[in-house]
Amino acid sequence: MLHYILRRLFTLIPVLWAIITITFFLVRLAPGGPFDNERQVSAQTMKQLEAAYNLDAPLYQQYLDYLSGVVHGDFGPSFKKPSRSVVEWIQLRFPVSIELGFYALLVALTIGLSAGLLAALRPNSMTDYGPMSLAMIGICIPNFVLGPLLVLVFALWLDWLPVAGWRQPDEKILPAITLGAAYAAYIARLTRGGMLEILAQDFIRTARAKGLGEGAVILKHGLRGGIQPVISFLGPAAAGLLTGSFVVEHIFQVPGLGREFIEAAFNRDYTMIIGSVLVYATVVMMLNLLADLIHAWLDPRIRTA
Amino acid sequence: MKSLHTTILTLLLLATAGCSSKSTAPTEGAILNVNLGAEVQDLDPHIVTGVPEHRATSALFEGLTDLNPATMEAIPAAATSWEVSEDKTVYTFHLRKEAMWSNGDAVTAHDFAYAWRRMLTPALGAEYAYLLYILKNAQAYHEGALTDFDEVGVKVVDDYTLEVTLAAPTPYFITSHIHYAWYPLHQATIEAHGAIHDRGTKWTRVENFVGNGAFILTEWAPNEVMTLAKNPRYWNRNAVKLDGINFYPIDDLQTEERSFRSGDLHVTEDIPLHRIQVYQAENPAVLKLAPYLGVYYYRINVTKPPFDDKRVRQAFSMALNREVICRDVMKAGEAPAFTYVPPNCGTYTSAAPLKYDPEAAKALLTEAGYPNGEGLPKVEMLYNTSDNHKRIAEAMQNIWKQNLGTDAVRLLNQDWKVYLSSMNALDYQMARSGWIADVVDPINFLECFLSNSGNNRTGFKSPAYDALIEQAYIEPDIDKRNAVMQEAEAILLDEAVIIPIYFYTRKFLMATEVKGYIDNPLGYMRWEDFYLETIDAEGKV
Repeated sequence: MLHYILRRLFTLIPVLWAIITITFFLVRLAPGGPFDNERQVSAQTMKQLEAAYNLDAPLYQQYLDYLSGVVHGDFGPSFKKPSRSVVEWIQLRFPVSIELGFYALLVALTIGLSAGLLAALRPNSMTDYGPMSLAMIGICIPNFVLGPLLVLVFALWLDWLPVAGWRQPDEKILPAITLGAAYAAYIARLTRGGMLEILAQDFIRTARAKGLGEGAVILKHGLRGGIQPVISFLGPAAAGLLTGSFVVEHIFQVPGLGREFIEAAFNRDYTMIIGSVLVYATVVMMLNLLADLIHAWLDPRIRTA
Repeated sequence: MKSLHTTILTLLLLATAGCSSKSTAPTEGAILNVNLGAEVQDLDPHIVTGVPEHRATSALFEGLTDLNPATMEAIPAAATSWEVSEDKTVYTFHLRKEAMWSNGDAVTAHDFAYAWRRMLTPALGAEYAYLLYILKNAQAYHEGALTDFDEVGVKVVDDYTLEVTLAAPTPYFITSHIHYAWYPLHQATIEAHGAIHDRGTKWTRVENFVGNGAFILTEWAPNEVMTLAKNPRYWNRNAVKLDGINFYPIDDLQTEERSFRSGDLHVTEDIPLHRIQVYQAENPAVLKLAPYLGVYYYRINVTKPPFDDKRVRQAFSMALNREVICRDVMKAGEAPAFTYVPPNCGTYTSAAPLKYDPEAAKALLTEAGYPNGEGLPKVEMLYNTSDNHKRIAEAMQNIWKQNLGTDAVRLLNQDWKVYLSSMNALDYQMARSGWIADVVDPINFLECFLSNSGNNRTGFKSPAYDALIEQAYIEPDIDKRNAVMQEAEAILLDEAVIIPIYFYTRKFLMATEVKGYIDNPLGYMRWEDFYLETIDAEGKV
């Protein structure tokens, strides 16, 4: 097992290197540079700026300098927001994205699992159709519609929660729900499907036949197998929550990395773009690895294979 | 007699103070919540380039002079007085002896000389360094042709006297000092965290920051809030009524407006276009609409057909019904632009306004070989991706279709940096543009179209135009200078290098309890004037 984990971790290195290289050259291909603006600076000033950020060196030299920086943990300065280095920006903002993603995942799991279970217990009844219709709507409504809607109701009409921000605990509720909603809906459907499949199996009938209480049958025997699809989905879901939070961060003005990344892409803030891409790539790969490990732990067939 | 005089005066003052306290009682300990519209790039006045940065740094620093927003005239700030030489090129500033940095050090003439030297240091790469080119030899120093800063027109006579020599008489110099390019800096603080040419050092962090403005920095949580408190060492602290300001970096128009509605913001930076009419109908008291010194226009690439023919350019400009665009698309009281320089630009008035004349436009187009627009090659209107730009472009396309009979006009939107790069490479036919003045002076608009200006981006090169602008640079007489600039603007408009569309309106929301703001064409907010009015339980002030 340890050997497997180490091997997986080791393969991260060439993948990350490839990602740095591709991103480094791709961003340079995009038209326009970091210092192009509506008010164009003089050719002289442009040269000074390029010199200040090592952008006047040959491209291969810049690439090698950048790589050597990354190896030493230095991702360079941010061109557009020079008050902090890229590493500092990531340190400031990625934890916020993680926090938001974590709350959203909690929301998604709580709502999704209970709705899915409820639906699976009495298939084709109102307790099935109700939650599943809601889930369908949840999947269909994009978060840029859901977010402002929730704000309208809970912040402006009812005045229960703040419109935006991330400083007070109550400011974190609406963003977490908005981001988690679509995942909750997805998890609900996966749970229902998984549970229905498991509950129809022989060992469940056996459990019932030997006189086990319904609660124990569902929670002890049913759930373990029934949430397998949810577990498989958790890796991509967590990655999606962490890397796909841009819209929600924008609507609620959450100071996360998603917004920073998109802004950097628009501003051609080269170093900030590559830095964010690296963080996201690492996260996605680590979470996939984690999901695989959890999967193996839950399902003995995978473990032995 | 004298004592009686004084007594009466005192009584009068007390009486008026008593009266006014009823209507304008500033709230004790008030904190103003302001949205900046974006996270600031930095707080280093030499590194930053935007409006949010201007709003924040103007609370934290103070230049030699300040601007009275009501009269648009310079008022004493770090300098108590100044003299101007006969030829209007030498200014002698007398600095305020009680002015202090937030760490207690005295603000001296050296701080200004140091700051301007840093701004002009080539290796720093300050994007706004060109604003200082009005100083004698500043351009040569910034471009590296000169290495001795003593030759630049800044001389420290003594700790409290600064002598500034300009390259030419520059009427707007004295009101320029509200721009962050001219603020003083605390040398020891800068140098404790890096060399004079180092960008992005840690001197702007809360724990290191030293300023000389009415407010001090107490917290800076990037993308959350920047908290300022009244500066207890500010020389005019008794006139500062607010206890502090919270600057928010909300960059989403809808969220900003919702935060205002919920009472979280006192002042917004902007307002969504579709909400303007709602506020006009339901809550006009909070809606602020005021002329802004800026122009929205389309620039034309004069090197590409069909716009290499002046008559085609003129026809497109003449056929454009600007009133319809302002009335039906913009809706915030924007004025249609028939000139390039906005009307409220100091003592200047444009001399040769354009006309709306669809018939003459058709005739011109026919003359150019495109009767009723037939045979006109495809024309692309380039704009950067934005709903507003798109709506304006669609309106223009329709108007041209009606008035010129042409179907040849197409819309082309590009992402911001792609759009800029297309313009820089002259890879476009006509492109949306805008200019908002840095200073109240027409030259700020007109110099963009000098043949060698980085802001020209049209391929327009006119020796006559260049000569006029160069003449305006050195002309000491205000009237003659205005006349020369009128002549230059007339060339630009006659050549139809640009199609002015409307003059900007600064539009934002401000809660009714916020007082002390005066509308002005630069949109300048003098924070020390702001205060919140107390409203008692009966809703009375």
